[in-house]
Amino acid sequence: MMEWIARSLDRFMPPAASSYALDIDFVFNLVFWIVIAFWFVLVQAIFIGLIVRFRKRDGVGAQYITGELKHEHRFIAWPHYVIMICDVILVAAAIRVWYNVKQQLPEPDATVRIIAQQWAWSFVHPGPDGKLDTDDDIKTVDDLHLEVGKTYHYLLESRDVLHSLSIPVFRLKQDAIPGRVVTGWFKPITTGEHDIQCAEICGIGHGLMPARVILETPEQHAAWMAGAGTSPAPGTATGE
Amino acid sequence: MATQHVEPAHEHHAHPQESWFRHYMLSTDHKIICFQYMFTGMALAVVAGFFSYVFRMQMAFPGMHVPGWGLVTPNEYNMLITNHGAIMIFWVAMPVLIAAFGNYLIPLMIGADDMVFPKVNRLSYQIFLLSAIVLIASFFTQGGGFGGAWTIYPPLSAKPEYNLTPWGSSLFLVAVALEFIAFLLGGINFITTAMNSRAPGMSYHHIPIVVWMIVIASMLFMASVGPLIAGAIMLVFDQTLHTAFFDPNRGGDPILWQHLFWFFGHPEVYVVLLPALGITAEIITTMSRKKLFAYKTVLNTAIGTGVLSFTVWAHHQFVAGIDPRMANIFTVMTLIISIPIAEMMFVYIATLYGGSITLNTPMLWALSFIFTFLIGGVTGIFLGASGADIYLHDTYFVLAHFHYTFFPIAIIGTFAGVSFWFPKMSGKMMNDTLGKIHFWGTFLGFNGIFIPLFITGMLGDHRRIFDHNFFPELATPTLKGLREFATLSLLFMLAFQPIWFYNVITSLLWGKPAPKNPWNSNTLEWTADSPPPHGNWPTLPIVYRGPYEYSTPNRSEDYWPQNVPS
Amino acid sequence: MSSARPIATTRSSAGMPTGRLAVWWVIASEIVIFGGILASYIMHRLAHDAFAAQAAHTNTWIGAFNTFVLLTSSLSAVMAHRAADHGDAKGAANYLWLTVGGGATFLIVKAFEWTHEIREGFTITSSTFWSFYYTAAGIHASHVLAGMVLMSYIALDAAKGREMQRVEYVGLYWHFVDIVWIFLFPLLYIAK
Repeated sequence: MMEWIARSLDRFMPPAASSYALDIDFVFNLVFWIVIAFWFVLVQAIFIGLIVRFRKRDGVGAQYITGELKHEHRFIAWPHYVIMICDVILVAAAIRVWYNVKQQLPEPDATVRIIAQQWAWSFVHPGPDGKLDTDDDIKTVDDLHLEVGKTYHYLLESRDVLHSLSIPVFRLKQDAIPGRVVTGWFKPITTGEHDIQCAEICGIGHGLMPARVILETPEQHAAWMAGAGTSPAPGTATGE
Repeated sequence: MATQHVEPAHEHHAHPQESWFRHYMLSTDHKIICFQYMFTGMALAVVAGFFSYVFRMQMAFPGMHVPGWGLVTPNEYNMLITNHGAIMIFWVAMPVLIAAFGNYLIPLMIGADDMVFPKVNRLSYQIFLLSAIVLIASFFTQGGGFGGAWTIYPPLSAKPEYNLTPWGSSLFLVAVALEFIAFLLGGINFITTAMNSRAPGMSYHHIPIVVWMIVIASMLFMASVGPLIAGAIMLVFDQTLHTAFFDPNRGGDPILWQHLFWFFGHPEVYVVLLPALGITAEIITTMSRKKLFAYKTVLNTAIGTGVLSFTVWAHHQFVAGIDPRMANIFTVMTLIISIPIAEMMFVYIATLYGGSITLNTPMLWALSFIFTFLIGGVTGIFLGASGADIYLHDTYFVLAHFHYTFFPIAIIGTFAGVSFWFPKMSGKMMNDTLGKIHFWGTFLGFNGIFIPLFITGMLGDHRRIFDHNFFPELATPTLKGLREFATLSLLFMLAFQPIWFYNVITSLLWGKPAPKNPWNSNTLEWTADSPPPHGNWPTLPIVYRGPYEYSTPNRSEDYWPQNVPS
Repeated sequence: MSSARPIATTRSSAGMPTGRLAVWWVIASEIVIFGGILASYIMHRLAHDAFAAQAAHTNTWIGAFNTFVLLTSSLSAVMAHRAADHGDAKGAANYLWLTVGGGATFLIVKAFEWTHEIREGFTITSSTFWSFYYTAAGIHASHVLAGMVLMSYIALDAAKGREMQRVEYVGLYWHFVDIVWIFLFPLLYIAK
């Protein structure tokens, strides 16, 4: 059932490439089915129905209803209580996913550093030794290489103004703040090449800093690391 | 407690030699000041609307030479979206809904001859006009107008080396600060007048809802804008004196600005919502000949929403780097605030039950307010749910949501109010057929713009990006098609707007003369002449009942004006 | 354009004169402005220990003297109100002028204080503490100045026996400006 809800609006969403993408879709879709498919449709139908039913007719006057009598007011009160229950369900679903994605950090298999600046993304991958901040780190501009199935921590920084890391296929978003390092996590689950966007206006080049996340099988990833290590990096992060 | 005595007629100091300039430009009459705010707001709406035409053309047909503008550079794009947003909120919605309608309606609906401080009223408009001039001036400075979004986040906004608009960014802030001061002054007048100058017999529960709404909105504004004024001073100092309030490299904190901004920013949306809700209530009751369902509930939910609006602000900052534990509190409060608003919607809908509904132009606008605001409201739930907002933040889903709230508020609310009170304001009737044509074109066009944008947002279109085709996953035929449909709908909608201007002008010049009370409405403004003279009535009215006694049993008329003794 | 006072201004459905009601609302909105800047200062202070080191350089004696000056000027504002209530036009005006004098003293002392601090190298950009110090006290000082201007205007009227009710209202505003200083003084001068 949860799976069905999570996938029900698939065609309107990008592919789900992270372990929590479907969880986030679940929250979105749950709101859709409860609030739109049920409440919104019901209320608009009643609204339009009343307009049609009570149009001005010759000889028929309007009724005098204060809305303060109990048998009148219950039409507002009962929906009110049902909405409160729906809200509790939605809040619970939202907080559960929020906690998982933003409040906790599972043990990482690897850590990557992601650096935002006006106007490019640069990435520092741990090299073959698996450790960040060692001599064999692989630095790239525009391309983030990740291995499917590995749990990653990201260390997000900004060199100048606010930027925001957005990877739609992961459903991930996190603002990058100058002067701070923000830590988060993700775990890719499918292969492919997808967009990375900046999601916080950062000047005239805000729309001109596209990047790509390249999700690779272990073999592909190893091959990339081997190739990247021996030849000069396609573009090192400026100022490093 | 107002004393029960007959007040002397207001002495009208006739100035037959008064020049046009003194009469219209320097007036202290609340009705003239209304028109000053309204015309200024509408002129700026044309500017901001033109900006939206330019950038939507760029979005749908990237790289084209937009007729009337030319090629849209990334720099210009940022300036256009920033100022579109800021102008629509601060220089259109607020002046028209609060200052114009507030100025016009409050004295007339409470039975007073003017606002309590007419000269302060005039001053508030002058400061407002100055703020608009400062903003427009910012476009013509070296580097151009500010382009860092209406939210003005530092460090981008604080340092010219980042934003490349050294003058534009400071003038923008000064303009906003002046606008705030103008509205603080205006608010004092509205609140004091409504509290203190009511006609004898007008107790708190006999006040029309729109007056309550504008007063509560003014109080909300006053209570929320202070920290942002402080913040604006701090940011201007960062920009010009190189202080470091928001500079992380020198001990400052950029997130502090965000808190100061949104602490005001969220109540601000209710500041503009409440007057539009009030206008809708007046029209719905009059046009369905029905008492407002549960007046006290409407009042209490308005106040409740206002109070709760101070507890939700960080839902704009879920992924901004705040402590993730804090986010949960704001999710809870955001979903809670949806409850009183839903209640208000239900009450308005319930008012239609048992009515005798006339579907003229004002009523079409008022009903469409409910229809479209419901869409805005429900789509907010997606965003308030923090788990989903991780994905939706900064996408077009957010943009479509807030246009489905702001458009009913600023545009539908304005057209509704103008079409309803035009006879009173001008003494002429508007053409109802033209009004309906204009309504349908606007309503259908608006929905055609923003329904597709919900979908583009879900599929990954982010905000404030001047050309989505730079992103391979966004350069698909589906997304291009949706963006084009949205832009074409905008053109469709804009094509209908000249009809409204034509209607206004021809009605003013050659319209049918309006009687005092063309809609058979109960509230006091309809007992004054159309248009009311200076001082509003020769003798100020006395009130005997609430404003919504429509279709009262055992009466021959289906309405019962507030000032009629029995 | 009529310059007569509207009847609206003379009504009091809320049970108090319009002018007094309006001043309370002005004060309410100002509380939020000052509240915003003080809250920002406090949050910054709690997050940065360096503040305490900088704050040590403010001159508590001058701050205390200025506090005394403002409190005394509030007293003369109260005396002005009392005189106005008794219909003593000249007395009311004179007490108001005394209050204006207190404000002027405050500002002159502050001018010397700031000149000295700037000469010592503590400018608005020296550190975030000094940025807040000058900004918060500067906004307060601008309100003192505005109050002095308003009060002078009202004193001139009051001397002729006109608009005597405004003596009380401007006094209310002045007390508020005083109270803001009562908050600023410990935050900027005592907490070291």
